[in-house]
This record gives sequence, structure tokens and C-alpha cells, in this order.
Amino acid sequence: MPVHDVLIIGAGLAGQRAALAAARAGATVAIMSKVHPVRSHSNAAAGGINAALNPDDSWESHAFDTVKGSDYLGDQDAIEIMCREAPNEVLWLEHAGVTFHRSAEGKLGTRAFGGASAARTYYIADITGQALLHVLYEQLMKHHEQIDRYEEWFITGLAQDDEGNCVGAIARNIRDGAMELFTAKSTILASGGAGQCFKPTTNALICTGDGIAQAYRIGAPLMDMEMIQYHPTTLQGNGILITEGARGEGAHLYNAEGERFMEKYAPNKMELASRDVVSRAEQTEINEGRGFPDGTVALDITKVPRKRTLEALREIVNIGRDFAGVDITREPIRIRPGCHYIMGGVKADINGATSIPGLYAAGEVACVSVHGGNRLGANSLLDTLIFGRRSGEHAAARAAGMPAITASRAQVRDQEREIADLMNRSGGRRVSEIRDELGTMMNEKVAVFRDHAGLTEAHEVVRRLKDEARFATIDDRGTVFNQDVLGALELGYMLDVAECIVVGALERRESRGAQFRTDFPKRNDDEWLKHIDLSMNGGDAPKVSYSPVTITKWEPQERTY
Amino acid sequence: MPEYTLRIRRYSPESGEAAHWDDFEIDLDGHRSVLDGILQAKDRQDGSIGIRCSCRAAICGSCGVRINGKPNLACHMHLDKACEDAPDGVIVVEPMGNMPVLKDLIVDMDAVHWKKMRRVTPWLLPDGDPPEREYIVAPESMIDITQTMACIQCGACVSDCLSMEVDPLFIGPAALAKAYRFVGDPRDGQHEERLRDLAEDPHGIYDCTHCFNCIEACPKGVAPMSQIMRLRRIASADHGIEDRNNGYRHEHAFVKNIEKNGLLHEADLLPDSYGGKFHPRAVPELVTSLPVILRALQRGKVTPAGALLHKHKASKEVKRIFRDVHDREERYELNLYVVGEEEDDNPPSMHADAAGSQLPAERSPNQ
Ligand SMILES: Cc1cc2nc3c(=O)[nH]c(=O)nc-3n(C[C@H](O)[C@H](O)[C@H](O)COP(=O)(O)OP(=O)(O)OC[C@H]3O[C@@H](n4cnc5c(N)ncnc54)[C@H](O)[C@@H]3O)c2cc1C
Ligand code: SF4
Ligand code: SF4
Ligand code: FES
Repeated sequence: MPVHDVLIIGAGLAGQRAALAAARAGATVAIMSKVHPVRSHSNAAAGGINAALNPDDSWESHAFDTVKGSDYLGDQDAIEIMCREAPNEVLWLEHAGVTFHRSAEGKLGTRAFGGASAARTYYIADITGQALLHVLYEQLMKHHEQIDRYEEWFITGLAQDDEGNCVGAIARNIRDGAMELFTAKSTILASGGAGQCFKPTTNALICTGDGIAQAYRIGAPLMDMEMIQYHPTTLQGNGILITEGARGEGAHLYNAEGERFMEKYAPNKMELASRDVVSRAEQTEINEGRGFPDGTVALDITKVPRKRTLEALREIVNIGRDFAGVDITREPIRIRPGCHYIMGGVKADINGATSIPGLYAAGEVACVSVHGGNRLGANSLLDTLIFGRRSGEHAAARAAGMPAITASRAQVRDQEREIADLMNRSGGRRVSEIRDELGTMMNEKVAVFRDHAGLTEAHEVVRRLKDEARFATIDDRGTVFNQDVLGALELGYMLDVAECIVVGALERRESRGAQFRTDFPKRNDDEWLKHIDLSMNGGDAPKVSYSPVTITKWEPQERTY
Repeated sequence: MPEYTLRIRRYSPESGEAAHWDDFEIDLDGHRSVLDGILQAKDRQDGSIGIRCSCRAAICGSCGVRINGKPNLACHMHLDKACEDAPDGVIVVEPMGNMPVLKDLIVDMDAVHWKKMRRVTPWLLPDGDPPEREYIVAPESMIDITQTMACIQCGACVSDCLSMEVDPLFIGPAALAKAYRFVGDPRDGQHEERLRDLAEDPHGIYDCTHCFNCIEACPKGVAPMSQIMRLRRIASADHGIEDRNNGYRHEHAFVKNIEKNGLLHEADLLPDSYGGKFHPRAVPELVTSLPVILRALQRGKVTPAGALLHKHKASKEVKRIFRDVHDREERYELNLYVVGEEEDDNPPSMHADAAGSQLPAERSPNQ
């Protein structure tokens, strides 16, 4: 039974940053991930990371853009912290070895990004997330004496003591199927998003909302779950992302009639309006028959000088070639809005603490909430790092003052039994079938435009799929790399998360940020300038409650771009 | 929808059975990836097929396998292309080489790839405390090492490294490319120590046999062999590191040989590496190397006449290339991030083979 001061679940940017911060604060640390850390989904972030680091930029301007981008649902105290601490974080990364793009004078250089009033996005070609993740992993290897790495271990649930404190987690070693209880004085969830609830999605196959569901199951409330970001530029079919960096570099959007349609929707910011605005514009064009027959519009990157594209957008040159058969430097590429990011998650405060003592959450799994109704491009990497670090520091501080803890192995036996049952079942639907039905349905009914009828139907489908999942069957009965078992557990998490998304969307009877209700098309600050919190309610639909939005400096205004 | 057959190599350590092949019929568009095919087989037919995968977009580096005998990412190879390459139309998928197989297509990366990675002290070692703001460095230097930062640690290069097959202790292409990421980084304060370490290690930078497999295998255009050659050049030219293993002199002899002859004149190479045919150091070494020379003779690489008579003389063109390179002050090389001018009619293509085509001068002698 491994014992640590701080256990970190997930080794994306949030988890790795938390581990380094906790170790620096003197804690013994374990970091655990179901895939090797550098395979975490953070590596897919192409565009960059925001920080008001230039002398002529200011954190207030960054904060205001974020507040406005969030459609005033973001908590302004948290946003202030994030934007204030961003410059130092970027410098910390640079000192740790990140190979940031430089200006001609050799200083850090920036690019423009959507929804921002200044060019404040720092980047490494279009492999920003990958470069950050790999450099943090270099640091994890460097600090191997303080940080134990458990690579390819799958967390199946969080452990609690009799008082309800979180005291660690139960994990399955993917290599040999052994189950182990990891105890820790503080546990940090950093297990990423849940994009796989939708099909297609830009998210990796591992983004199945495990941590969101695991926290929910031990009673932690979730917040802003209805806020699902549809990214304006994804490939038809497989959902692969074309980074916003393309528009940042000057690419334009056209409908099938050759019109640069953003002129109608965001005459000032055009293609660089907030993502929710651009995605809705595209979907409107497509729905009203001005898209291409395959339900897409065109992104024209040939506007960007070829040399610049090859230098700064190389990854999407490759993606265009490999996944769409298009040379983006010579012809437009067909794109559509696609599921990309979950603004909601486990409700956490500015130090990452959740409402369960001993449990912290940071990164996409958490909802602090800095993104509110809509996340700005290049703000998520920042969120993972700032709140990863803060929760690492606070988790270590909490552990420092604590006596040894005890945890019971009974919970391990429960989980072992559950897995044994799963392996012995026969006759039900295949896990993969249920998963595909869920994703396709969510992408139809809980997408850019939503309404009461569609959402109600979506909820019924999720409830039915939950029943079916209880009897779903798998093929693999082995212990070594049994990915079939993990797939079945992940399906359970996805269904819990999907239900919360749908219930949140049904509840919010207004349009704000990523949530657009065709039956309530206006933002309604009088009634809905508040967060929707969801808590587990036995086997029933989640219990709904509300919490206030923190407003410091910026009173809600109408949002135009 | 078109149908394809995947022939997957199966191995389960628990079953007690030997490895075997299973065929799966799948129906998917030809532009979908081999990974999509495997996942369809897994979803519909046999959930126990083991393969690591996550991003589906050649970014996470999980899905390294061999397809029709060649290392690649399963998500980076179209089904129609794979089918074309397959001798009898059946797409053959098997685990990567040079690493132990754990189950089906899953290999033990930790035991080989990551162990080697840790060998090169893979973190920045700056001198002294960091500056108040960022380090000021030439923009080109960051772009230059971004080529090695682009490595996704997939192991495809390790899979087919010829030297590693012969010498499992060879640090190998991916880890040495990672080493260049620090040696090329102006913020690192240990360039010389790193280079000396990698040159002195008998399994280090001079253990690579120039086989080009890693350049061909790499899905991200990292061109590990080119990075190794740069490590060698910097070790010898900038730091004058002469290693115990004679790699430095061998390298110099190689370059001098081509400069002189225009082509690699293999008979001279070994003696030159040891200071010339008549240098005393050359005698015992020549004797131990005799089998190599004999093999070369056998394979027709060296003819007895050619070994004795200098037929080749370097053309003006070759000499000019050498002069150009010697005169060049900048060491940044054309790579995937430092690209040709916009007006170029023939810009370097963005594919891994572009990395190969940067090096015709080194490659042609062996053809
Ligand atoms: C294609 C794409 C491009 C993006 N581009 C940008 C961008 O340019 N700028 C930006 O700011 N944001 C961007 N984002 C968003 C950003 O990348 C993510 O929100 C962020 O990286 C999430 O980081 P994380 O550390 O929270 O989680 P992740 O990086 O997803 O890591 C989650 C970790 O948890 C582990 N884990 C999960 N479940 C379990 C379990 N049950 N047991 C054990 N371990 C588990 C995983 O193995 C992984 O290590 C992009 C997202 C996508 C999809
Ligand atoms: S060129 Fe060198 S490093 Fe690359 S595969 Fe061949 S022997 Fe290995
Ligand atoms: S160098 Fe290329 S082939 Fe080798 S591990 Fe890195 S990305 Fe993979
Ligand atoms: S699945 Fe990520 S590289 Fe293939």
C-alpha cells in the first residue's frame, strides 16, 4: 500500500505542474496516469498560452477579455488570479527549458488569438502543448527522487475514510491487472476532460471524464456542466482540430457562396471573435443552406504567407495532408464546429480545493470557474498550469500539518468485485455500441443549438444507456493490458458526465456562452447570472442547486465582437 | 464501403500460446487510418486486441507499430496506402522491433526507449540562476531545436535501428535526438560535458552506422540520424573532443576521404581512421578489422583493384560543397521549421522524406 503526502491523478499539464509544485514545497509525491505522461491529451494543444507579459499589455486587459469571453459567468476573483500570475508562470516555463518562439531581438514572441484585445499568446510553432508537456516531463525525470511516477495505472475510484475525507485512490496496474490502494493526505484530481461523450470530438480517446465522475460519485458537486465548447474549425468525420492559430495568423472563413460571412456576425473581430460566436455563425450558415453539401464551410489559410504557414502552422499542414488530403497552403479546407472542451467540471475554489476535504481538482477536470460560459483560446493551458501549481502548493501545505491517515482496504475489494462481475457477464450489448450511440446522440441534441424537446429526449436516451451499460459485455478476460475492462469503466464515467451535461443544459433556460437555447435565445442576467451545481442523488438524476457568480470589477454588459 | 483485411500479430503472455496471426475484415474508407481499422476490429469483433492509442492524430506517440514490416504510427497510415504496399493486399500489423512485446501490439517502451532517454540527462542544466525575465537567445536557435522538440517519443526509430539490433546498449536515435535538444539549446550550460559523455560512451554518438532507418521511420521529421551527425560535428569541430573509441578520427577520416575522392573510398577509410596506413596505431587495428574489409570485398563494396589504386578523385562540385560548408558561419541547418523562401518554386516538402533529401551528399556514396 503506497503512502504519500500528495497523490496526483493524471499527468497532463495540470497534474505534472501540481507534482512539481508539491515536491518543491517538500511533500512526498506520487503522480499517476492511465497512459504514459507524455501521451496525455495536453500534448494536442497547438495554439499557445496566454499571458500579459508585454510591457504595453496588462493583466487587467487579459482578465477583462476572459470575463467577456466567459459571457460573465466566469468568477472574477479566480480570473484575476489567473491573469495576474500568468506572466510569471510563462517565465517559469521558459526557465525550465520550454523552447518558446522568439522575436527578432531574442525575447519571447507572441501571436494573436480569438477574443483577445492584444497579441498575448506565447507559443512553440504549433506544438505548444506537446513542447510544454515534454519539458515538464523532463522536470519530472529530474526530480525523480521526490516524485514517484506510476505510469499506466488506471484509477478506478477515490478512497474515503469514515468522516468523508478523501484519503487517496484505488488503482489498477494496467500491466498486470493488480489493484492497489494508494493513500495520501491530499489527493489532486488532474484527469482532464470528457470530450469522448460526443462523437466526433477533437479530444483524444482517453478523455472520458473519469475524474469528473469519480468526484461526483463521492459527493463532490459539479458546476457549469452545460457549457460545452464547440470549436469552430474541426474536420468533418473524424473531428480533428485545425488550431485557432490559423485564424490568428490571418486565415478567413467563407461559406459555399464565397461570402466572408463573419462580416454579418462579428464585424469588428471577424474570424477572431469568441469561439461560441464563430461556431454559431458557421452552424447558422450551414443550417440555412449556405454551407457545402457535407455540412461544412471553408477555412482559407492561403491568405497567410506560405513561408509563415510552413514555419508556424506546420502541424496543420500535416493534418491537412494526412487527415483531409488537402494542401492548406494552396487551397481552402472544409471545416465545421466540433465538440472540443468542457468548461464545467468538479467545483473547486481558487486553491483547487473541492467540497470534499482532502480532494483538490485542477485543469480541465475542474471548474474554478475561469472559463464560465466560454473559454478563450490559449486560456486553458494557462488554467491547467496556474491552478495545477496552486493546488500542488495547497495540497502540500495541508499534508504538512497532518498526522498519518488510515484507509480501509474494503474499498479495494469492492472495486475488485465490480471488475470481476464485469468480466463474467454475457449476453448484453457491446460496450463500444453503447459508447457510439451516446456520442452520436449527444452531438445531435446537445450541440451548438439546443432546445427543450431535444434535451429531454437526450436525457431519456442517457438513462436508457445507463441501464444497458449495467449489463454490457466485453471480450477480454485477461489481466495483462485488459483495455476492454478499462473501456467498460470509462463508459460508466461518460454516462454520468453526459447526464450532468444534459441536466445542466435543460436547467439553464437562457442563452449564454456556449449554451444556446433556441427556445430561450436571449441572455437573462436577472434569472441566470448564476452557476448551476449538480450533485449525485443516488441512482436518480442529479440534484440541482445554484451558486452565485463572483463579480469584482466588471459588471455584465452586452457582448459584441 | 471498401473492405480491407488486417493481419494482426497476436501474443498474450497469459494464454501460454505462442504468438500467432489473426485476420480481421473491416469496412472503412481508404483514407481512414490503420488505427481506425484496428479499432473497428476491436469494437466489433474482438475487444481483446491490445494496442496503445489516444490522439488518433499523430501527436501523442502511442500507436507505434510495424505496418507491412515498416515502423510507423497506426494512426498515420491510410488504409488504401497500406493495402497498396502490402504484398498480397493483406495489411500486416505487428509490434515494433528492438523492444520486448507485452501483449499483441504493445511493447515495453520503458525497458528500452525510456531507459535510454534517461541516459542522456534529459533536462536543461543552465549555468547559475535564471535571469529576471526570459533568457535572450537567437530566434533561429529555438526554431532549430524545435525540430527535436517535435519528437513524440513514439519509438518508431528505435524499432528499426540497425545499430541497436547489433548493440542493444546503443543509446539510440530518439535519445540522441533528445540530447541534441540540449546541446543545441543556448540556455544549457553543459554542452561540452554532454558531448564528451556521449562521445566517450562506446554506445554513444559514434555507435550509429548511418543506416538512415530512423530518418525514414520518423513520422515527425525529427531526422534523428541528422541530429546525431550534428552532435558529432559539434563535438569534434567546436570542442575538439577526441574520444577513446576512435569515433572522432573515424568521422574525420570519412569526411576527408570523401573530400579527396568525391565518393567514399572504403579501402582507405579504416587506415585513415587510425592515422593513415603507415601509422603504427593502424597496424593492430587493421588486423582486427580484416574481417570487415573481407566482408566488404565479398559484397563487392571494395574491389581489390579499387582498394589499391585511387580511381576516384573528387569532382570540383564535391570540393565546392566542402568549401561552402567550411565557410558557412551559421550552423543552423535547413530543417522542418527553418524553411525555404516563400518564392521558392520547389520548397522543401513537409514530409519526413524531406529530411532524408537534405542529405544526398552523405547518402550517395553508399548507393
Ligand atoms: C486538439 C486540442 C487543441 C487544444 N489547443 C489548446 C490551445 O492551443 N491552448 C489552450 O490553452 N488549450 C488548448 N486545448 C485545451 C487543453 O489542451 C486542455 O484543456 C488541457 O491540456 C487539459 O489538461 P489537463 O492537464 O487538465 O488534462 P490532460 O492533459 O487531458 O491529462 C489528463 C491526465 O489524466 C489521466 N487520467 C485520466 N483518467 C485517468 C484515470 N482513470 N486513471 C489514471 N489517470 C487518468 C490521463 O492519463 C492524463 O495523464 C486544446 C485541446 C484540444 C483537444
Ligand atoms: S542511422 Fe544510426 S541511429 Fe539511425 S537507425 Fe541507423 S544506426 Fe540507428
Ligand atoms: S525521433 Fe521520430 S520516430 Fe523517433 S521517437 Fe521521436 S518522433 Fe518517434
Ligand atoms: S494515436 Fe496518438 S500517435 Fe497515433
